[in-house]
Amino acid sequence: MSWGFLRDLLSGVNKYSTGIGRIWVAVVFIFRLLVYIAAAENIWKYERDEFECNIKQPGCENVCFDHFFPVSHIRLWALQLIMVSTPSLLVVFHVAYRENGEKHHNQKLYISPGKIDGGLLCTHLISLILKTGFEIVFLVLFYKLYNGFKVPRLVKCDIRPCPNTVDCYISKPTEKMIFLYFLVATSCLCIVLNLSELIYLIFKYSIKCYLKRYNKKCQ
Amino acid sequence: MDWGALHTILGGVNKHSTSIGKIWLTVLFIFRIMILVVAAERVWGDEQQDFVCNTLQPGCRNVCYDHFFPISHIRLWALQLIFVSTPALLVAMHVAYRRHEKKRQFRKGDQKCEYKDIEEIRRQRFRIEGSLWWTYTSSIFFRLVFEAVFMYAFYFMYDGFRMPRLMKCSAWPCPNTVDCFVSRPTEKTVFTIFMIAVSSICILLNVAELCYLLTKFFLRRSKKAGNPKHQPNHENKEETKQNEMNELISDSCQNTVIGFSS
Repeated sequence: MSWGFLRDLLSGVNKYSTGIGRIWVAVVFIFRLLVYIAAAENIWKYERDEFECNIKQPGCENVCFDHFFPVSHIRLWALQLIMVSTPSLLVVFHVAYRENGEKHHNQKLYISPGKIDGGLLCTHLISLILKTGFEIVFLVLFYKLYNGFKVPRLVKCDIRPCPNTVDCYISKPTEKMIFLYFLVATSCLCIVLNLSELIYLIFKYSIKCYLKRYNKKCQ
Repeated sequence: MDWGALHTILGGVNKHSTSIGKIWLTVLFIFRIMILVVAAERVWGDEQQDFVCNTLQPGCRNVCYDHFFPISHIRLWALQLIFVSTPALLVAMHVAYRRHEKKRQFRKGDQKCEYKDIEEIRRQRFRIEGSLWWTYTSSIFFRLVFEAVFMYAFYFMYDGFRMPRLMKCSAWPCPNTVDCFVSRPTEKTVFTIFMIAVSSICILLNVAELCYLLTKFFLRRSKKAGNPKHQPNHENKEETKQNEMNELISDSCQNTVIGFSS
């Protein structure tokens, strides 16, 4: 079980997406998942070993690291990727449910199980709202936990058992900051794509609805 | 999930590329991605652990390493490869869109549609003309821009392409000017020069492909202007033969790549 599993799941989602949805899948695969695996994971690999405090007191480094990094950036990033990809599964489940229904009753109930109308439209809209919600929640979490998206070179720590205020140095702060900004930029891009898809779907189906009603009136 | 996934995504684009485009793709996968994964990552693997400064002052090594390597070579190359591969997706999306339109026409039972079944639409290779020409040319242009930007960023950040053995650092909390030693500087210089050379070759291939497409475009225009009735069938047969040959060559190259990466 690894990121390949998520990739296979998302490939399944791609089949039932709109054009904007497919761009979203491509952005998530290439600019978030691939960058995470090929580059970001290695930067944070030895973060605990390379975190150094100017003191020999045993336990001080451990306590300070835990205080400044309650959840590591890279773990939050991984959680964000998983949570943001999961609402798309709602659409896959709904389409599977429709296909099952057709098989069960042995007749064609829908024009095509993947066509976005009725209940499937609601599922699409809910999944888009959930995706956008998760993105915003994680961005706010990052901002609140780490006081912005900057990674300082030096942090001052005075928690027991450190005897006084001690200087602690974080490894590769500039590189971490560059990749955090990259994460924020791609997150914002995904939020914009999700909102565009939401507006597009609402607009398209309102027009369809209106035209149907207008045609009925004329008849 | 790894570079193999990128290979699968880009493999689809290969069918609709020119011959130079196919060579570019092969160079990208064999001489850049494979070298990065198989060799370069090992060379830079122990980067900070073996970066040693002539001081016992805690924190000095961290700060000096961060000062001299704001972003590691290996990460910069990974980002460069991702950005340079991405414009090809524009072409893949355009082709997928065209296929989707043709499938829609076929399903509606349009008489203009000349395909016998959906499989034929899926297997069909589109010629690079019309709006696909513009998408393809823009993708090559963006590739060139990204390559140039990254090469410049590299040169600017590391003051050239050499990796020095010794760096003098006086950032706080280092007590005075301290000697810091980089691990495997010669090996890193060799790989840096190799990657820069292959990057330059890719830039040349992209420029050649751009010139080829522009020449073809102007020739086609002048032919249309001069000779309104031209024979597409003869041109088609020759081009199809050439494309089949090119596909065979590139497929056999890519099978070797898949064999290595798996």
